[in-house]
Amino acid sequence: MLKLSNISIRFSEFQLKNVTLELEKNDYYVLLGKSGVGKTVLLEIIAGLIRPDSGQILLNNEDITRKKIQNRRVGIVFQDFSIFPHFTVYQNIEYPIKNKKISKAEKRKLVQEFAELTNITHLLTRKPNNLSGGEKQRVALARTLISKPDCLLLDEPLASLDVQLKGDLRNLLRRINQKGTTILHVTHDYEEAIALSNKVAVMQKGKIIQKGLTREVFKKPVNAFVARFTGVKNFFKADFSPFNTAIINDQIKISVDNHDFLSNGKIIIRGEEIILSNDKMESSASNNFKGTIKQIIPYFSNYEIIVDIGIELSVIISEHSMLKYKFKEQRQVWLSFKSSAIKIIP
Amino acid sequence: MYKNRLRTFDIIFILLGGLILLFIISPLLGMFLATTPVQLFETSKDPEVVNSIWLTLRVSFLATLFFAIGAIPLSYFLARTNFKLKKIINGIIDIPIVIPHSAAGIAILGFISRDSVLGKLASSVGLNFVGHPIGIALAMAFVSIPFLINAARDGFENVPERLEKTALNLGASPVRVFFTISLPLAWKNILSGLIMMFARGLSEFGAVVIVAYHPMITPVMIYERFGSFGLKYARPISVVFILVCLVFFILLRALTKEKEHRNA
Repeated sequence: MLKLSNISIRFSEFQLKNVTLELEKNDYYVLLGKSGVGKTVLLEIIAGLIRPDSGQILLNNEDITRKKIQNRRVGIVFQDFSIFPHFTVYQNIEYPIKNKKISKAEKRKLVQEFAELTNITHLLTRKPNNLSGGEKQRVALARTLISKPDCLLLDEPLASLDVQLKGDLRNLLRRINQKGTTILHVTHDYEEAIALSNKVAVMQKGKIIQKGLTREVFKKPVNAFVARFTGVKNFFKADFSPFNTAIINDQIKISVDNHDFLSNGKIIIRGEEIILSNDKMESSASNNFKGTIKQIIPYFSNYEIIVDIGIELSVIISEHSMLKYKFKEQRQVWLSFKSSAIKIIP
Repeated sequence: MYKNRLRTFDIIFILLGGLILLFIISPLLGMFLATTPVQLFETSKDPEVVNSIWLTLRVSFLATLFFAIGAIPLSYFLARTNFKLKKIINGIIDIPIVIPHSAAGIAILGFISRDSVLGKLASSVGLNFVGHPIGIALAMAFVSIPFLINAARDGFENVPERLEKTALNLGASPVRVFFTISLPLAWKNILSGLIMMFARGLSEFGAVVIVAYHPMITPVMIYERFGSFGLKYARPISVVFILVCLVFFILLRALTKEKEHRNA
């Protein structure tokens, strides 16, 4: 539905080079990259705030590259939220439909509907200057969504929020996506990609160096930059039970700490924190599994070992350990990690 | 030791500052004290004086409103657009502030006299701007419009462009964005610019006296009374006019303050 072809733009401090990206309807696409790489500029190009030097933007097969901002039907939520300070929350949300030829009652109903979706009905009469960051974010989302954009562009929407609010907002973003809104979300935080996206693209120096299904990109990074940037390979869908256990990928039961009464979410197990041995070990680690080595990948100073325990886990070991234990592909090994090595992403 | 030094420093500054304040207050106060209540009462009943004050207020007010229609869009344009000659244009806008106002009056007179294009155009419909309230308004506007343009430009510059772009992104037309976002958010500065332009117009003498001796605006009348009858006769009308100006100034300021308060 949204297709960028060879978008290029040159500024004095950086440039975008031949950015090509395609979003399908209902995608939750995360664009990952360090700050200053040009992610925000790309969003502003899509929204029409900046003209690219070259390239083409198609939205629902219509070329919108040179279309006016106000006629594009892509909604952008900026990192600073851009709430109109002289309007109440209600007036902010109503802004896109204020001049529409629909009855007052209908407008009121729509504002109420989007305020309910974003959980801010109690704020409608407030002026924005004393709202918190999280509240402003919700107002900005409601205001953009009420204009019924074909595609929603989010610029670092979770960057300024604390952990608790991040979880709440992620749920909201998921809900918005599930209701049928296609989302392009830019961030520097790989956890957001894991938690939200079905597809991801990684940007470096103004170029997209890898893109695809999130799982694929994280599992098979094309180079060291993506590997370092995406950071983790072991991330899974988890269903938590109240007894400090979780079923991951509907297959394996593991012990976890403090999941704050979440019923489901994603978890990350850092490969560096998994211990591999040839025989079963006695240790304080609560997660011990028997598995088969599927693949050994040598890196510059360490090895990545893929072990199948029903799910595939990536384990990072040092050169020294590799020499000492002489792991081989297809061999049976034992693998253990503490429940505190698991990071839960709500 | 440090505390002591600071105190001496403070005292010197307070003394120097106090002298300046005294310099502003004492001539005005002297004038007020030298005018008896009877004189004030008589002057404020004098129909010539009353008509002149109304004329001055009316002409300055209308000139401010009329020229704001063009000055505000110009300010917006200057705040939002970058082009090569922008600095020169900003400089041109300040010219009326730095040139002698009598010279400004001569320039305006040449511009509106019967020989000029504008003058010919006006006389074709039976108007003569020289010696006419319209001529006075033009002279007042010429010397006071920089105050409005500069204040409004600052106001628009303080409105984050991001907010305007957000409004466009939400589907609003540029006209709607200007009237619902840019103008309301810059309004405090614009209003303050309007008040300054109005006040500066009220007090203009040099340019107006050249364009129109009659009908007589109050600053011209003060000069005329001084020239014909001396200091004693110029004083009461000066005091009355200053009081009227102060009342307007304070009222308008209070109005903007109240609006600010309500917006907060």
